[in-house]
Order: sequence, then structure tokens, then C-alpha cells
Amino acid sequence: MSRSRRIKLQVFRGVVFLIMGLFFLGPIAAMFEFSTRGNSVIAPRTLEAWTNIIKTPDLVDAIIASLELAAITSIAMLVLLLPTMVWVRLRLPALYRVVEFLCLLPLTIPAIALVVGLFPISRWMRINLSDSILMLSFFYLVLVLPYSYRALDAGLAALDIRTLSEAARSLGAGWATVMTRVIVPNMSSAILNASLLAVAVVLGEYTFANLLTYENLQVAIAYVGLVSAGTSIAVAVASLLFAFVLLMVLSFVARPRQRGARAEKTLAPVQLVPPAAGTR
Amino acid sequence: MKFASFTRHVGVAAMAFLVVAACGGTSGGGNASCVAKSAKSVTECGGMDALVAAAKAEGKLNIIATPPDWANYGASIDAFAAKYGIKITSANPNGSSQEEVDAIKNLAGTSSAPDVVDVGLSVALANTALFANYKVATWNDIPDSQKEATGLWWQDYGGNMGVGYDPSKIPGGSISSIQDLLGSGFKSKVALAGDPTKSNQALNGVLMASLANGGSVTDVSKGVDFFHSLKAAGNYVPIIGTAATVKAGTTPVVFEWDYLSSSHGKDVSGWKIFEPTGALLANYYTQAINKEAPHPAAARLWEEYLFSDDGQNNWLKGGARPVRQAAMEKSGKLDAAAAAKLPKVTGTPVFPTADQQTAAGTYVKAHWSSAVG
Amino acid sequence: MSLAGTPAVNTAARSARSGRLPLTWLGVAPFFVFVGLFLLLPTGIIAAGSLGDKDGHLTLSNFTELQQAYIIKSFLNSAVISIASALVGALAGALSAYAVATGNPRGTLRRIVTSASGVFAQFGGVTLVFAFLAAIGPVGLLRVLLQDHGVDIFPNGVWLYDMSGLTLIYMYFQIPLMVLVFLPALDGIRPQWREATESLGGTTWHYWRYVAGPLLAPAFLGCTLLLFANAFSAYATAAVLLTQGGVILPLQISNLFTSETGQAQPGLAKALALAMIAIVTIVMLLYTLLQRRTSRWLR
Repeated sequence: MSRSRRIKLQVFRGVVFLIMGLFFLGPIAAMFEFSTRGNSVIAPRTLEAWTNIIKTPDLVDAIIASLELAAITSIAMLVLLLPTMVWVRLRLPALYRVVEFLCLLPLTIPAIALVVGLFPISRWMRINLSDSILMLSFFYLVLVLPYSYRALDAGLAALDIRTLSEAARSLGAGWATVMTRVIVPNMSSAILNASLLAVAVVLGEYTFANLLTYENLQVAIAYVGLVSAGTSIAVAVASLLFAFVLLMVLSFVARPRQRGARAEKTLAPVQLVPPAAGTR
Repeated sequence: MKFASFTRHVGVAAMAFLVVAACGGTSGGGNASCVAKSAKSVTECGGMDALVAAAKAEGKLNIIATPPDWANYGASIDAFAAKYGIKITSANPNGSSQEEVDAIKNLAGTSSAPDVVDVGLSVALANTALFANYKVATWNDIPDSQKEATGLWWQDYGGNMGVGYDPSKIPGGSISSIQDLLGSGFKSKVALAGDPTKSNQALNGVLMASLANGGSVTDVSKGVDFFHSLKAAGNYVPIIGTAATVKAGTTPVVFEWDYLSSSHGKDVSGWKIFEPTGALLANYYTQAINKEAPHPAAARLWEEYLFSDDGQNNWLKGGARPVRQAAMEKSGKLDAAAAAKLPKVTGTPVFPTADQQTAAGTYVKAHWSSAVG
Repeated sequence: MSLAGTPAVNTAARSARSGRLPLTWLGVAPFFVFVGLFLLLPTGIIAAGSLGDKDGHLTLSNFTELQQAYIIKSFLNSAVISIASALVGALAGALSAYAVATGNPRGTLRRIVTSASGVFAQFGGVTLVFAFLAAIGPVGLLRVLLQDHGVDIFPNGVWLYDMSGLTLIYMYFQIPLMVLVFLPALDGIRPQWREATESLGGTTWHYWRYVAGPLLAPAFLGCTLLLFANAFSAYATAAVLLTQGGVILPLQISNLFTSETGQAQPGLAKALALAMIAIVTIVMLLYTLLQRRTSRWLR
């Protein structure tokens, strides 16, 4: 890369990050400032809103429930979506648009309408299967489909799945090996982003849990927030911070695969060339 | 493999369901003489002690759309839980009346269905098929116009529509007439507590404005016109007024039920409430018990508590007028200090009927977006 | 890069496919069973509900009601906001994603941006509106700060309370969403392409116009479609900001479901929900046509 281009790129990146940083952190800073206000213009700043959060006993249970839901949903999403998407690309390309449409459908129906359709199913499940909050993961998986599908699809589009898989199969790999050792390492960024989105959706979800009278993180937060105005904002900022830390931890978990991915990425173009005679 | 474990789970669940049903049957018959589900009053249940015992055996109560700072409900919740050791689960605190009855239907048969509801009158009247007949011990203290003869529903607390404001944010520090709100010192300051095409409270805010501008409870057009003038003057803020926006100063003037408005006092020192003379719009909420309540004894005990002197006084402390207020004044059990803190009103309040509310709602729905859009 | 393989591979796959047809479909069976139960069944329940009136009689009146002026107006408002926030969000998001993708793929900055994007992509509703009010509302921190320095951002009234304000607030979750879903596509850009373009004498313009652009176009369009659908069905934020009564479609639906004044019309709400699905389906068809044109480069 030429020097002038490198400088232009760095300037571009600097400007983008500055603008975006101001735009996204500004409102958060304003929320934090509000949460430390006293109850009149002359009252001193106080952290009372924040200490109110710690005084709530039910919050811990709700946090654990939401974390479990997030884990179940994102793993189920990967297990359900990734093989299906790969399979469609390889064997059933006619279904590509159908799957794409179905994965966009949950987003076209406002949550408040979708939950109306889900009530009878939820009721049946509650009476016949289990009353546990983990039943929500079925519905969350549906909610997460549009976002995760798009992230995974963008990652898949960048690979030549057909050639990669056929090259691997011609070298004797079974489908499991193709998925775990050829496709997944090449898609680490897409898989990570799809999982991040899934976790964020589950942690931030309120409507379903509230109307189905389950107590997840956001429902518990809303309840804590009823104590006072400052607390309602403090608890919202706290939940954002919590989700942020969780996602950062998750992004570190994905690190080992990325090292392998880098090697795969430079190797992949080479595999476009048929293996030379004698390597087989 | 998946199918086998699925059928196993279903089988276990079915077994568990049968066992619980059998157990429930035996305990219901063997415990005191209180079959709470069909009890129409405390006496039918075998007396207060039998009801308390049955409720304690159930151990839980599900309520819905009951924020703790709404008319000081929190005090009743805490006191009831402490007195009887019954765990209260409060779902969907900011839910609407319609969501409450929807929850009864959508959660029917599960253990999370609401046991009791506290809804607006029109929603109660439309859903009497879901309610159980029950008359609390203090039934006779409730005025006849505020209860249903067979005990399907009865009113609990209410108040008047008022204009709450932060004196430090408005010129002159006080409001003496509703026309003040059109003044230039109120730019971008006046808000409703909801969307009048959807929220009962906001609709009544418009109705009160109509009363204060020469309209009547059957003519809400003057209220819509008033808000149109507010918008034209640049004084109307279209966002929903909440505790946070009040504290932040974004909505220093809010049309709200007076008992809800009083809760802003803890965030804004000196918060005042103005209720225009000759434009007192009153509204009471309505209690009902779910016919298929998962905890019928606890539900009935809760109603008994709410309509006891303690329960009524709790609402009074929250700035609301309990339905037994007149009777309690006579018997001297009313909390005088709390009663003195209620906003001073002159004149008789108007109680819109359900039909009048519906008619007002239809008019507002058709004209609101062109008035303030 | 293309979905078609060599002719020999194609015929082999085809004959293999017809022989093993049942097994091939088995591969997608779990997905379709799940979607059928938890997505299509609820949609069917909603559709069934839209065919009934308040007393439960079968009727098509809910669908004829859709032609009313106030519903058409809500739809237009929804469409304008969704298209505007999708386009602006997609562009801004793509640029931000590019700024991230050109950095260290294992660096801390990337982690911070992707994690923050995940958090903000789902941030909405009452708290988001309040955050903006606290920042640039009439008594917001930043607004007061600017006012003290002589800059008034609301010279002609508070536009934050209008549709333009809503669109700005939508950016808060649209841009991070775009960053997250578009980043994998940008990660797929190989440095070899740039080198190849340069070795053939192309400039940056040639690179984007003829190489990277067309290759990224399908993903970009798909992500824009997602943003459109996201804005189209979002309602919690608008519910707090716009109380002028069902200004956008999701608000109309929510009003019709949860009316406190006894005016609930669940049948009409369900018919509206179906109408929204129909609208997004049409948009998806347009997007498919557009995709087919732009992906001609991939063949």
C-alpha cells in the first residue's frame, strides 16, 4: 500500500471513529449525568440511583436466567442456521430465497403482533412441557433469525463454498469435518457477529418476556426502575455496560479460531487450483 | 433420539400433572371448609380464619399492571406479603387495562395467570364473563353506583384529572387557570402522560381540558381544540410525560391523575397540582377477581385486605381517594393527615360513564392527529 | 465466488440429487420444522384472527378497513422513515464497518466496536428516547452547552419531536446493526484483488467501481433490506416520541391491540400485521430483482 493511501486511510478512520464516538457516547454520557442528579436544582450529586440497583434481590435471578437464555439461543441459532445455510447453498439453491424470506419474516411482524400469535403456543408449552423461563429460548430463536442469518450470509457469500467443500470431500473429509474444519474457521468473523447479535437480542428483549409474564433481565430492570426516575436511567446504563462487557468477553472466546482462520484465508485461494498430480 | 426424549418429557409432565391434580383435589376437600373458587364472600368460605388458612396454603398471588408507586400500591403489597407470608408476583407493571384482561385469556390454565385485575371501567364492563362473583366484607360501604350488584366488579380508588407542574420552571410559579398554559412562558413545556388515542389517562386529560374550556363530558371537541392551540403556540410537547422526563425538565407540566402526579414530588421538590374549578373530571378504577384464578383463596384475601381500613388508607396515602372514603370518614377510621394532603377541590366532580368515554375516544381518534400532528 | 460449479460437477451433483432426493431435503428439515412451528403457525394464527370481527364472526371487513385514509397515511409515514433510516444507516454503517475492517482484525479497537455495536443494535424504546432528550432535547446537556456558545439547534421549534427526530434516533440502532451484519462481507475482501487491480493499472476508483463494489453489492443490498425491515417494524421508540395517535403502522397495530379506552380492534390489528408482511414481501421481491442484476458480475 502506498504511503499517501495509508495516510488517507488513517485520516478517514480517525474521522469516522471520532464522529461515531461522539454520536454514540454522547447520549450515554447524558444519561449517566442525569442519573447522578439530586431531586432539585440545588441538591448535590448523588449515587443513590445506582445503590438502589444493588439493593434489589430479584435482579441476580433475572440476570442468570437471561444469561442462560442467551447461551441456549445463540448455540441453537448456530446449530440450526449454519448447516441449513450451507446445505442450501450446496445442494438446494432453489430454496435460497425461501430461506432468506423466512429468516426475514420475524422482523416484518412487529413484536407486539407476533406475541399475539405466540400466546396459544406458549400456553400449550407452559401447561404440557414446562413453566420454566427457558421456554422463551424457542421464541428468542425466532427473533434472532433475521439478524444472525444476515451476518452468516454475508460471511458465506465471501467464501466459495462449493469449491472448498468439494476439494475437502475429494480429499476424503466427511461432512462433519467439512463443516468444522473447513467452513467454520473461514467464517469466524461472521459466526462471532451472528452470536454477538443473538446474545444482544436476548439480553435486550423485553416485550415477549413481559407479556408472557416471565422475569428476564429487562423485565427486572424495568421493575427496579419504578423506584425513581434516576434509578430507571441508572439501571438502563448498567444493563448496557453489562451487555457490553459480556460481548467483549465473548469476542475473546472466539480468538483462538481466528489464528487458524488467518492461515486458512491465505490458503483458500490456492485451493482453487486443482491439486497437483501426486499429492493425492 | 430427539423424539424419544421428547415423548419422555411429555410423559413425565403428564404424570406430574395428574399427580398434582389428584393432590389438589384431596387438599381442597380436606382443608377447612373453604372452596375458595366458588366462595362469593368471606362467610361462604367459613370465615376469615378459614380464608387466611386457605390463602396461606396457596402461598402465592399473581397481580398485574400494578406499579408500586401507583397510588402507593407498594405499601399494600409489602404489608400483605409480610402479614400473611404470601409471595406476590407483580407482572407487566406498565401494562394497560386491555393487556390485563388479555393476560387472563392468554395465560388461562397456567400458574402465572393473573388472580385479580385492576382495570378501567369500560374494560371491566366488556369482560365480565371472565370475572368471579365475590363481595368483600365491607361491601355495603361501597356506593351502589360504584359496584356491580352480584359482585362481578367493584371500584377501588380514584382521583381527579389535574395539571401537575414544577413551579420553578414556569413563569409566576403557579397556575391559576388553564388558559395560563397558552402563555408564552410555557413554550415546549406542556405534555400529556400518554397518547389519547390509546391511553385512558391521556383521553381524560383532553376531556378535562374540554370541561375547562366550556365543553362538557359529552363534547370533547373543545379539549381537542385547546391542545391544537397549545401546539400552535409551540407549548405542546408530544412525548409521553414520565417520571424521568419530569425530573429532567423536559416536561415540567403534565396532565395526569392527581394521585399519580403526586409521586413526582419525590423527584422534584415543590411539585404542585392544579385542578381547575368547575372542571373536575373524576375517574375510579375497578377491581375484579379472575374466575379461573390459579390462587383463588389468596385472590379473595387480597381483596379483603385492599378493602379493609388499612388497604384503603394506603391508597389514601398515595394521593388517591379510596372508594370507602365517605364511610370511613363517618366511622373515623380515615387517615386524617393523608386526607388533608389531597388537592383542595371546589365543586362536584363529574364522572364520565363508559359510553361517554367511548364516544369521546372515537372523536379524539378521528381528530387528534390533525389537531396536534 | 460463483454458486455454479464446473459443468462436470453440476451434472454429477444433479444426478446425485435426483437419486438421493429425500435425504437432501432431510438436511433442511430441522430448519423448516422449527420455522413452521414457531413462525408460520403464529402467522397463521394471526391470519385466522384477522378474518374475524369483535364478536368472532367471519368477515373480510378488516381488510376493507385497510383502505381508510388514516391507515394509508400511517403506511406512508412508516415507509418514508424506514427507507430514509435504512439508506442513511446503511451508508454510514458501511463506512464505519470499512473503518473497522481495515484495522487490526484481532485488535482491541475492533473488539470494542463490534461489542458496542451489538449492544447499541438492540437499544431502543423509552430509554433511547430519553437518552436523546437528555443529550440534545430542549433542556439537554449538549443543547444547553451549544446555546451557551450561541448555537441554537432548534431555531424553528423542536424538530426532535418530529419524524426527522425519529429518523435520527433510529440511526442509533441502525448504524451498529449495519456494522455487525456487513463486516463479515468486508472481511472477505482479499488484498490480492487490490494488488491485481493495481498491477493492471487501475486506480482506487476502478477498484471500487469494477472489483470490490460489485462483489460487495449483494451483501450491501441484503443488509439494507434488513435495516429497512428493522425500521419498518420498530415501534417502542416511536410510541414514546410520537403521541399524535398511530403515526406509523406499528403504532397503529399496538393501539388497536392495547387500547385502554375499550376501543381495541384485534381483528384489524392482525389484518394490519398481515399487510406489513405483504409490504415487506414486495420489497423483498424488488430486492431480489435488483440482486439478480448486480450479481451478474459474479457469473
